[in-house]
Amino acid sequence: MARALMKGTEAIAEAAIQAGCKYFFGYPITPQNEIPEYMSANLPKVGGFYVQGESEVASINMVMGGACTGKRVMTTSSSPGISLMSEGISYISMCELPCVIVNIARGGPGLGNILPSQGDYSQATRGVGHGDHSIIVLAPGNLQEAVDLTQDAFELSQKYRMPVMVLADGFMGQMMEAVDIKPRAHEDPSVNAPWALGWWNERGGHHLTVYSMHMDPDKLEAHDRHLQEKYAKVRANEQRFERFHVDDAELVLTSYGTTSRVCRSAIANLRAEGLKVGMVRPITMWPFPVSGFEMPKSVKGILDVEMSAAFQMEDDVRLATLCDLPIATTGRWGGHSPTVRQVEEKCRELLGVSSAPAK
Amino acid sequence: MSGTLEKEGRLVFGMPKVWNRDVHTHYCPGCTHGVAHRLVCEAIDELGIQDRTIGIAPVGCAVLMHQYLDLDMIEAAHGRAPALATGAKVTRPDKVVFTYQGDGDLASIGMAEIVHAINRGLPITIVFINNAIYGMTGGQMAPTTLIGQKSTTSPNGRDPKVNGYPIRMCELLTTLASPAYIERCALSSPKYILKAKQAVLKAFRNQVENKGVSFVELLSTCPTNWGKRPTDACKWLEDNMIPYYPLGVYKDLA
Repeated sequence: MARALMKGTEAIAEAAIQAGCKYFFGYPITPQNEIPEYMSANLPKVGGFYVQGESEVASINMVMGGACTGKRVMTTSSSPGISLMSEGISYISMCELPCVIVNIARGGPGLGNILPSQGDYSQATRGVGHGDHSIIVLAPGNLQEAVDLTQDAFELSQKYRMPVMVLADGFMGQMMEAVDIKPRAHEDPSVNAPWALGWWNERGGHHLTVYSMHMDPDKLEAHDRHLQEKYAKVRANEQRFERFHVDDAELVLTSYGTTSRVCRSAIANLRAEGLKVGMVRPITMWPFPVSGFEMPKSVKGILDVEMSAAFQMEDDVRLATLCDLPIATTGRWGGHSPTVRQVEEKCRELLGVSSAPAK
Repeated sequence: MSGTLEKEGRLVFGMPKVWNRDVHTHYCPGCTHGVAHRLVCEAIDELGIQDRTIGIAPVGCAVLMHQYLDLDMIEAAHGRAPALATGAKVTRPDKVVFTYQGDGDLASIGMAEIVHAINRGLPITIVFINNAIYGMTGGQMAPTTLIGQKSTTSPNGRDPKVNGYPIRMCELLTTLASPAYIERCALSSPKYILKAKQAVLKAFRNQVENKGVSFVELLSTCPTNWGKRPTDACKWLEDNMIPYYPLGVYKDLA
């Protein structure tokens, strides 16, 4: 597919199809409805199948049923819908099945609103569902990255047999940018996938079961340990981040998704004024990219910029920097994004520099 | 063993091929889950579809069904078996997909999933065990608990003013246009079991012949939580459940 101007939601949908996803199960919720609409129109053209679930609860369980046969499957939703999927995500994690979940996050709690938000960070990075489990969470900072991470998500979910979430705020879903969506080479993973049902004869005539209940505490303890060992490998191998003007920075911004774009503009303006400001942008929200937070001696403090009233990422930044640096916060929420000027002003305040005259 | 028997005479009774002989079930004495499992096994044996069947076990007393049957199986979350079946059937339409669910699983927490899976009409087979009680959790009121029936959460008997009336799933699902086949049977006596065997077989055969979604309700006993001896439980089923849950074919487009 040639480089094209596309909406985030539709780019994610096409990227998934180009990565070999033929089965989509989902329930309409704003602001991500273009994904199920795109899938319902385009999956039949590639021999795939779109199912509109009766709820997010049902949809994630359809995803699990499809994952059990080894096919590449996905669902997409927005914040309240992800809450409803939390049960299924826990079961899928426990059964070690691959699948991709996209959250085009909106304002909350409750119905909140349908505007962009980063208020689902804690939910996503703590596994979403009950029990000791984690999911990989990828947060794009632009639409090309949304395309690439969506395709990576299928590969990571298969490699580690676990759910992978693409966490994008509503701006990422609704804005348009030029993207290049290439077919991602893949084979139908179902044949010989050790988790895949439906290959009785190919397996030599014996059954396979997918289950999450272990009544024997020793067995459950061992399986939970196995999951944690797997997560340790993911932590060791899959941390992704971007460091932007960090090496000589006095003040480092921490931000992801849409707010990282605001920060990038602010940093460019502040650097033009001679202020040494940089940014660490986590791309994997889980595993949190601790390795990206090694700070040069020049850094005196951190400014965490989020569209979250609770600044949900702040504690992870504090842990990643071993509580070594003071952390300030600024942001907007409720559907607002912080402005470039707001971030610049906060940076100047923290650096003890007087405000630039209004342009 | 069976070979020797076949040489010496006709084998008239044995374990179904699909039954996993290495395990013992955890079912209480007199429980009819064993009978229902057997009917499922016999249907799969008779159709010769062991190697292309995917079963979905529920949450409830049959949660460990995947250990008892020598089949590819998934253990579902509570009530979600029809959604899993949808995902499996969509991705592998060449497979025979069935769910096996109790009354709490299917008619309470999984009401949305069962109604919409049947309404969607994908050819799957659904076996519904109605014993009018929550078995595994210890005898709480089910959506199918009869009026006046005592349970641990309706200690004075089910009161319709507070708890509503028992839900008749066959009747409810028959209002939908999609299902190919809906029948209610009972497992309380050999007469009824023979009828149930044919119903379960038909529900699987319909899928093999791609005739749409099939639903078989099996009225079942729970002697432990009903507080009755197994024989008394069978009599109670016939005296109390069958009048409220009439047996018969509710829909047959196949």
